[in-house]
Amino acid sequence: MISVNLLAIFYLISGVLFILALRGLSSPETSRQGNFFGIIGMSLAIVVTILSVGNFSSGFIYLLIFLVIGGSIGAFIAFKIPMTAMPELVAGFHSLVGLAAVFVAISAFLNPEIFKLGTPGNIKIASIIEMSLGAAIGAITFTGSIIAFLKLRGIMSGSPITFYGQHYLNLFLGLILIGLIYYLCKSQVDTWFWLIIGISLFVGVLLIIPIGGADMPVVISMLNSYSGWAAAGIGFTLENTALIITGALVGSSGAILSYIMCKGMNRSFFNVILGGWGATEQKSSTSDKEQKPVKNGNADDAAFLMKNASSVIIVPGYGMAVAQAQHALREMVDTLKKNGVKVSYAIHPVAGRMPGHMNVLLAEANVPYDEVFELDEINNDFANCDVAYVIGANDVTNPVAKSDPQSPIYGMPVLDVEKSKSVLFVKRSLSPGYAGIDNDLFYRDNTLMLFADAKKMTEEIVKSL
Amino acid sequence: MEIDPFIFRLSIFILAIFIGYYVVWSVTPSLHTPLMSVTNAISSVIIVGAIIAALAGSSEDLFNIANIFGYLAILLAAINIFGGFLVTQRMLAMYKKKKDKK
Repeated sequence: MISVNLLAIFYLISGVLFILALRGLSSPETSRQGNFFGIIGMSLAIVVTILSVGNFSSGFIYLLIFLVIGGSIGAFIAFKIPMTAMPELVAGFHSLVGLAAVFVAISAFLNPEIFKLGTPGNIKIASIIEMSLGAAIGAITFTGSIIAFLKLRGIMSGSPITFYGQHYLNLFLGLILIGLIYYLCKSQVDTWFWLIIGISLFVGVLLIIPIGGADMPVVISMLNSYSGWAAAGIGFTLENTALIITGALVGSSGAILSYIMCKGMNRSFFNVILGGWGATEQKSSTSDKEQKPVKNGNADDAAFLMKNASSVIIVPGYGMAVAQAQHALREMVDTLKKNGVKVSYAIHPVAGRMPGHMNVLLAEANVPYDEVFELDEINNDFANCDVAYVIGANDVTNPVAKSDPQSPIYGMPVLDVEKSKSVLFVKRSLSPGYAGIDNDLFYRDNTLMLFADAKKMTEEIVKSL
Repeated sequence: MEIDPFIFRLSIFILAIFIGYYVVWSVTPSLHTPLMSVTNAISSVIIVGAIIAALAGSSEDLFNIANIFGYLAILLAAINIFGGFLVTQRMLAMYKKKKDKK
């Protein structure tokens, strides 16, 4: 048995270790050590909790069994998952945190004595509010993440689902939730509690279905944030410092990532959340589509251009992830480097389906991280570069964002790809990107379109090099 | 009059938000995906609540409904803890510098 005060100190220590875990991520060199701190913090929290309960009867055996089963499933997933599936995996994990928060809230509500919160039907008001908030946010995180998972996995269409009065329905349900929490405080009837969870589950679905595929980076970050706030809510209920600190860390981390992603698209957070951007704009742009001439090239042309270049910048996008072209791309770059070509990579903040998506894929293909640059670091280099190789990216290179105030993406920071001497654009067709607008770049004189699957085209270029 | 312990917890919470704010801004953008997976893993520290829910209470009534929810939450959180930390480890192991390769 450990005294309550000692226990609180241990929780504080694991909270500090979690802060160090995040701190480690400020550079790839310290990141592995940071992750190790996180593991120690977690182990510490688990061990001292078990010791503090001090119940080593048959219940403890079951605890170990569940821990081992869950741990093996988690480890199995972690080793088997391909890096391209990382967005889905993170969304799936978020849903589990959400559901776990709901379960803990339920058991605290049904059996408040073990958490010293009062007796059933007579729980402290503050605890009721905290646990209903924790349960509600947890439930929203759970179903929201499942929808995000289905969309990312392609089981559900990535196009936004909107219907008339959607936002009013959400507002109405939100007000009902507040009302229910109020009544739960007054009367502590079980029904109110179940209703809160039920409605929150529904709200989670409603919140995510109107958001389109390419806005997923924002959604994932937002759900990350929610899972943190849910944990913090439970932390307040259980009066547990480790949970409160962690919840606050994760909550603000997710919020910052959402902010960075929104900024990368020059859209307000609410604009993304309310959804339906691609759906409305698409119609207007396809109607006045005129046939403009494009220059069509093949792998040999591309190989020739790049072999004779002195510097090449590669701009990867979601298409690279879909085609799993990162390994072929690295091979191409290796060959180019042998020919004395200087190669670097330019990553737009919202490239891919989650923050840092492209970086992980390039790292998987053994691309050294000091050849990979962020938008601000590399944007001036396009003017001095001979060839820009755009592979699976589209909207993030569209010069319209700088020139046409009418365009829906006007003001979005874009990579100045058009400034390089020639642009190679690997794409399956001329179809517009997610934003539903034509890319001006396709029709420029210095652009050569390579119509093919990103992986196949890159492999062919490697051959002809 | 003594200060309500809730206020202390609230202070910790607010200060931790600020720490999170500054720490996360210092995370390099290329590590944003590992950041998400590791925050995922650490938010599963909610398992401490699940452990208390599962173990505490009367031992003769091992599987009352509150305990069962506790065990289920342990299962979910354990998937997340192991999965989250291990997948982060796997990702971070891939980030290499130019010099290491040669």
